[in-house]
Amino acid sequence: MAKLRQIAFYGKGGIGKSTTSQNTLAALVEMGQKILIVGCDPKADSTRLILNTKLQDTVLHLAAEAGSVEDLEIEDVMKIGYKGIKCTESGGPEPGVGCAGRGVITAINFLEENGAYDDVDYVSYDVLGDVVCGGFAMPIRENKAQEIYIVMSGEMMALYAANNIAKGILKYAHSGGVRLGGLICNERKTDKELELAEALAARLGCKLIHFVPRDNIVQHAELRRQTVIQYSPDSQQAKEYRELARKIHENSGKGVIPTPITMEELEDMLIEFGIMKTEEQQLAELQAKEAAAG
Amino acid sequence: MSLDYENDGELHAKLIEEVLAQYPDKFAKRRKKHLSVAADAGTEEIEGEAQAVTECDVKSNIKSIPGVMTIRGCAYAGSKGVVWGPIKDMVHISHGPVGCGQYSWSQRRNYYIGNTGIDTFVTMQFTSDFQERDIVFGGDKKLERIIDEIENLFPLANGISIQSECPIGLIGDDIEAVSKKKAKEHDTTIVPVRCEGFRGVSQSLGHHIANDAIRDWVFDKKEREVVTTPYDVNVIGDYNIGGDAWASRILLEKIGLRVVGNWSGDATLAEVENAVHAKLNLIHCYRSMNYICRHMEEKYDIPWMEYNFFGPSQIAMSLRKIAKHYGPEIEAKAEAVIAKYQPLVDKVIAKYGPRLKGKKVMLYVGGLRPRHVVNAYEDLGMEIAGTGYEFAHNDDYQRTGHYVKKGTLIYDDVTGYELEKFIEKVRPDLVGSGIKEKYPVQKMGIPFRQMHSWDYSGPYHGYDGFAIFARDMDLAINNPVWDLFDAPWAATDAPLAAAAE
Repeated sequence: MAKLRQIAFYGKGGIGKSTTSQNTLAALVEMGQKILIVGCDPKADSTRLILNTKLQDTVLHLAAEAGSVEDLEIEDVMKIGYKGIKCTESGGPEPGVGCAGRGVITAINFLEENGAYDDVDYVSYDVLGDVVCGGFAMPIRENKAQEIYIVMSGEMMALYAANNIAKGILKYAHSGGVRLGGLICNERKTDKELELAEALAARLGCKLIHFVPRDNIVQHAELRRQTVIQYSPDSQQAKEYRELARKIHENSGKGVIPTPITMEELEDMLIEFGIMKTEEQQLAELQAKEAAAG
Repeated sequence: MSLDYENDGELHAKLIEEVLAQYPDKFAKRRKKHLSVAADAGTEEIEGEAQAVTECDVKSNIKSIPGVMTIRGCAYAGSKGVVWGPIKDMVHISHGPVGCGQYSWSQRRNYYIGNTGIDTFVTMQFTSDFQERDIVFGGDKKLERIIDEIENLFPLANGISIQSECPIGLIGDDIEAVSKKKAKEHDTTIVPVRCEGFRGVSQSLGHHIANDAIRDWVFDKKEREVVTTPYDVNVIGDYNIGGDAWASRILLEKIGLRVVGNWSGDATLAEVENAVHAKLNLIHCYRSMNYICRHMEEKYDIPWMEYNFFGPSQIAMSLRKIAKHYGPEIEAKAEAVIAKYQPLVDKVIAKYGPRLKGKKVMLYVGGLRPRHVVNAYEDLGMEIAGTGYEFAHNDDYQRTGHYVKKGTLIYDDVTGYELEKFIEKVRPDLVGSGIKEKYPVQKMGIPFRQMHSWDYSGPYHGYDGFAIFARDMDLAINNPVWDLFDAPWAATDAPLAAAAE
């Protein structure tokens, strides 16, 4: 058995992390890899396309019902999905109560201690959009994910988020050994999106792993609780995801310590690409507007 | 206040320099502000106020530095352990993981009258025993269930307080909403107290938060007919350690006052609720309860007055001061009480004075005792060489100037190292501090009395307490054990054969 490879998907909320990761993993399983998914989001939507179900029972909800995690068996929390992919969800409290971060830590420790990581080639963590506290940084800490893939797009906030996540990786890169695998651009059809993604990757010192074009077929598949790989295996989009999977597979050990940039540098970059205007430009526009109105 | 002496200020200043020299520069600079030697007070007289004897201001109420072995407690200790815990007919829930409640179980020797487990609950431990699940999913539902259980199991409990431990604040549980809901449902008083241990620099903030909780969740909540007299007083900040409040109360009652509330030793919730109808607040522990007195003064127009019932000279002075507030009738009674107890005082001093005269004492305690007990020692002919507070503020050190003599060593939030060095170099005849300090000091060959718990004795308040206080100090200092700790091999003609048998 090859050495266990642990990867994690991070990115701004709503960017398509869960969709991208599940499609990629479905393609990886086709390549003969044995996979475990660890969903680290109280929403627990990291495995529904693989399991073709609504939502799976989470570690923490089952633990709460049973009394504590010590009362659970690994079979209770692990479901088998598309082509044998093992699926688990940490789960967590309803919004506004308790401590979801502590929940992620509890769930991951439980899974590790109870052999969920045995006999798999890949462990994939799908993490909540904002790394709000230490709990959600668990997958990038020591002895967890070796490579982080940041899902992003050409939107300004997605770029900000990607840069911030890179900062988090940098922090743990020295204490733990986590690396940035690269960026995955999930196309939003914004201006100069590919160029921008490539420019950010260059600044961060990593690769743009793949540019996933926008295709409505993803929505069609999602509505049926399926990945594109399963729903329409011969579609162009399925090929794209296979390509992404292949690149990630070949990227093993090629992660980098990122070189995140400052807010100013990021804004300069956006100005350079004409996404954001300089203050002079804004002022000139305002004056022109006023002149027109006057 | 008859005793006239001066401490060796030069030696004490040198000691401070010596301990500071052991610290890294940055830390020495910070600690320097907390250590001092009592100096001559300024000559400036303030109209109507007693003249301070010395000036012993130091910097205080500042965060302790990790690693110095501070003797301080936390906000939860200040609220649950000090202010709320002694209120006897309420159930106090230690809300959070089990340790905080477990290790503060049994309270601080706050004596009370009642049937424990039936109508009084001080020495019982109630905890929500947080588990991982409660942290992750929040503990509000569990808290609701606990309140229901308490209402069911202890129908004579008159209320519940919720004492927050650290995790409650971290995970953002809404204990206020639970309190409101359940108080309505069970028609009882439920008080949420946000005394998470990480708040503030010591237990002092816990006192303040607990005072505020009384203001916000107890006062003006119930309509009740209260019969009042002009002589109604509240005793504020007497926690009835070893029966202190009882020994104080009889004196106040004998001078013609009616003690309608004692906060919070042996207190009931009703005493706290009715406090706003009293005519005067008498504060013993200023540090832990001045906040609520200031509030009562502002809102209910109740004046407050500090007093000190440690040792005959302070008791007499305090009784006269309190009586003066009421006029000749009460003043006459006060004089009668003082006269009545004078033979007891004379007898105690005659018995123990010769055995204790000239003995040097170092103190390191909490709220009021580092200054309040000074004259009680002096009444016995003993001298205070050094004193300090765990969690005092500026106003406490200002007040200390009314008690200690010139040259007294002053140490605020003392570190383990400093206290040990000071004791070693001053070598007093007695150290008065807490349980953590007791055994190291005794191992240094120096007599020790716990001045938080009265070392399982008491009361020390009032005239009756003074007799016990004098006896206890004599027991500690003149115990024959102190002649027996020379190393056997150091003895010249040790009977070796006897030891072998």
